[in-house]
Amino acid sequence: MIVKLSTTNAAEVQQAIANARHHVGASSGLVFTLVVVAELAEYDRAMEACMEAGREHPSRILLLTNGRARADRMDAEVQAGEGAPGEIIALKFHGVLQKHRESVVLPLLLPDLPVIVWWPGRSPKAPGLDPIGRMGTRRITDAMGDPNPIGALEVRARNYCPGDTDLTWTRITRWRGLLAAALDAYPMEVSRVGVSAAPENAAGTLLAAWLADRLDVPVTVDRDKPGVGITGVVLGSVDDEIRVTRTDGNLATFSAPGLPQRLVALPRRDLNTLLAEELRRLDDDPIYAEAMAALVRRLDKAADRGRGRPA
Amino acid sequence: MAGPSALVLFGVTGDLARKKLLPAIYDLANRGLLPPGFGIVGFARRDWAAEHFTQLVSDAVHEHARTEFREDVWKQLQEGIRFVPGDLGDNDAFAQLKATLTDLDERQGTGGNHAFYLSVPPKAFDVAVAQLRRHGLADRPKGSWRRVVIEKPFGHDLASARQLEKKLSRAFEPSSIFRIDHYLGKETVQNLLAFRFANTMFEPIWNRNYIDHVQITMAEDIGIAGRAGYYDGIGAARDVIQNHLLQLLALTAMEEPASFDANQLSMEKRKVLAAARAPADLDAHSARGQYSGGWAGGVEVPGYLEEQGIPGDSRTDTYAAIRVDIDNRRWAGVPFYLRTGKRLPRRVTEVALNLRPAPHLPFDGTAVRSLGTNALVLRIQPDEGITLRFGAKVPATPMELRDVNMDFGYGTSFAETSPEAYERLLLDVLLGSEPLFPQAAEVELSWQILDPVLDRWAEKGAPPESYPSGSWGPQSASDMLARDGFSWRRP
Repeated sequence: MIVKLSTTNAAEVQQAIANARHHVGASSGLVFTLVVVAELAEYDRAMEACMEAGREHPSRILLLTNGRARADRMDAEVQAGEGAPGEIIALKFHGVLQKHRESVVLPLLLPDLPVIVWWPGRSPKAPGLDPIGRMGTRRITDAMGDPNPIGALEVRARNYCPGDTDLTWTRITRWRGLLAAALDAYPMEVSRVGVSAAPENAAGTLLAAWLADRLDVPVTVDRDKPGVGITGVVLGSVDDEIRVTRTDGNLATFSAPGLPQRLVALPRRDLNTLLAEELRRLDDDPIYAEAMAALVRRLDKAADRGRGRPA
Repeated sequence: MAGPSALVLFGVTGDLARKKLLPAIYDLANRGLLPPGFGIVGFARRDWAAEHFTQLVSDAVHEHARTEFREDVWKQLQEGIRFVPGDLGDNDAFAQLKATLTDLDERQGTGGNHAFYLSVPPKAFDVAVAQLRRHGLADRPKGSWRRVVIEKPFGHDLASARQLEKKLSRAFEPSSIFRIDHYLGKETVQNLLAFRFANTMFEPIWNRNYIDHVQITMAEDIGIAGRAGYYDGIGAARDVIQNHLLQLLALTAMEEPASFDANQLSMEKRKVLAAARAPADLDAHSARGQYSGGWAGGVEVPGYLEEQGIPGDSRTDTYAAIRVDIDNRRWAGVPFYLRTGKRLPRRVTEVALNLRPAPHLPFDGTAVRSLGTNALVLRIQPDEGITLRFGAKVPATPMELRDVNMDFGYGTSFAETSPEAYERLLLDVLLGSEPLFPQAAEVELSWQILDPVLDRWAEKGAPPESYPSGSWGPQSASDMLARDGFSWRRP
C-alpha cells in the first residue's frame, strides 16, 4: 500500500509505517536501513535501484530529495508491500527543512541495524563528516554520477573515512579478480603496467592506483584508445605480458604467455547490480582504503612533478 | 465483571482523565465488564452544571475511546454520571460529595462501594486524603469497600515516600491502596511474565553465564508538553526510573514467583529490588541531561529552559541514565543500564538483554567483522513484540556473517487490539485485584536504589549536561557505557 502525507513530521511518518506494516502483514526480517540522498532529477533512477536492492536485501529505504516548494515543510510517501519485501519511504524537503533532514532521518532508522547512506549523484566532499553520512556504518558514493567523475574520485580519496566506498570500486571488482587470478596462474616479475580507459572514466584511475599499490611498479594510464569504460590492462615483465583488452564494454580478450587468446565476459554492470553487490558487505573495506591512499600518493606525486619538483 | 461500585475522580478536568481514564471506563462498559450499578463522580474546581460534565465525558469518550461508540452502552453509563464542584479544601464540597455518593448508592445501586482516584498533583494528596477521612468517606460500612488510587510520583525520595505512606495508611488499609504504574497494565509487560515463566528455552540463558549486560530504555519524543508545573523539580530520574524502569528491571530479573498472587509476585520483586543497588562509582555510572532547542523529527522545538513556566536557571534533568548492579547469584557481574529522556528521536520502551560473545569463532577475521553479539529485545511500546538477534551467513559470499533479526510482533500474531493499560488497571481496582500494582515496600526499595544517585547529583550541584533535542541524549551517557566497554543500542 502507498500512503501519502503532506506537511508532515517524523512521528507521523512512523505512525504511517506502523499502519502500513500492520495492513500488509508485517515485514519483519529487515536487514538494514538504506538512506538514499538524491537530487530531484535522479529520483526515478534512484527509486528503481532501491526497489532492486530491496529485493535482494529486504530493508527500510529512506529516499531523500529536496523539493522546490516555497514553504518550509516536508512531504512523505510510504510504500510497503509494493513488489519489494521491505519499506520505501520517500521524503521530500522544502525550504528551511532542507537544512534539518537528519532530524527526520534519525527517528526513522530501524532499531540497532546497520545504516547505509548512498548518494547516487553528487555527494558531499567528506561523506564521513556529513550530518547524514555520519549516521551510516557504510557510505556509498558514485563518482560516475558526478559531472566530473575523475575529479570526484580524487576528492573522495582525499577525504576517505573508514566505511566509505565508491561504486567505482565495485565496477572494477571483476577486473581485479581477473588480473589477480591471472598472476596466480602465470606468475611473473611484473615491471610495467599499462591501463587504458575512456577519457572521463574514473574506474581506470582507481584500477591504476590499485595496481600501483599492489605491484609496487609504475603504472601508466592511456586515455586515447577508443572504447567505453576501461578498455585494457597490460601487465608486463621484461619478456612476457598478460593482456586484457575490452573495447565494447562487454566481451574482453585475454592473453597470457604461451597460451592462445581467449574470450572473457567482462560486462559493464548496471547500477542496480552494483548497489546490490556492494550491500553484501557491511564492514569497511581495508583494500579499498589502501587503493584510495595509493591514489592520493599518485596525485601528490603528479602535482609535485607539475610544479617542477623532483618526483 | 466488576461488582456494584462508584468511582470518584478527583482532578477530572486533567489530561489523564480526559484522554485515558474516562475513555477506559467507557471501553470497560462496552466490553460488558461494568455492572449496571455503576457510577462516575467527577470532582473539580469548576462551576459546572451536571449536564456540562456529562458533555465532557461524552466528548472524551468520542475522541479517545478504543472501542466503537454505542448509544446503548452510553445510556447505561450516563445514568450514573454525577459532578461535584469544589476545592479540595472545601468542606461543603466534601459534604456534597458524600451526599452524592449516598444518593448513587440508593438510586443507582452502587452498593456502598467507593473508589477514589486521586488524579491530582502530589502536593494535593495530603489534603485530599485528610478530607476523605474527615468526612467519613474513607470509613467502610460492613460488607462494602473503600479504595484509593494514586498516581506517581510516590514521594520524591525515601523519606517523603514513607511519609506519604503513613498518611495514606491512616485513612485506608494497605490492601485498599492502589498505586498505579500504568506500565504494569500493559499487555507486553504482563507478557514478560508469560515469556519467562511459561517457556523452557529462555530460562537456561537467563543469568550471568549467558547475559553480558541489560539495557532498559524508555524514550519519549515529546518535551514536557504543558506539564511544567508537575515536571520541574521532579525530573526524569524521579518521574520514570524510580517507578517504570525499576519495575521493569524487577520483572526482568526476579526469580519465579510461587504464583501470580499479589503477595507472591511482590515478594519476588522485593527480593530482587533489595539485592539491587546504585553503582559504587556514582559519577562514572550515572548521567543526567537537559534538552536544548533545535530540530527534532523535522519540527523546530524549544529547549527545556525556554519552555513555558520553566525558570531560566532550572537544573531539572530531562534525561537520566544509571547503572544498577544486582548482588545475587543469578546476576552478579551483569550491569543493568537504565535510561530515560524527553525529546529523544522516537518514542520507544524496551528491555534489551545482550548475550555474551561466542567463546570462540572458527571463522577468519574479515568474515565476522559485521557480526555483533546475540540479543533478545522485549519491545514494550510501540510495535509491541520480541526480537531475537543472531548471526547468519550472507548468501552469495564465501563465508560472510551478519546479524539478522527474528521477530515476534504482537499485532500480527494476535489480531485483536490490546486493551489500554488503564482499562486493565481500573478494572483491577474495582475487582480489588492487586498483582499489577506496586506495593509500598517496592516503592521504598526503589527509592533506596535511586536516592544515592539523586543525593550525589544534588551534592555536585552542577547543572545537567545539555543535549540537542532530537538526539539520543548527552555525551556523558555514552561515556558511561563506553567506560564498561559497551554502547547504547539504537532502540
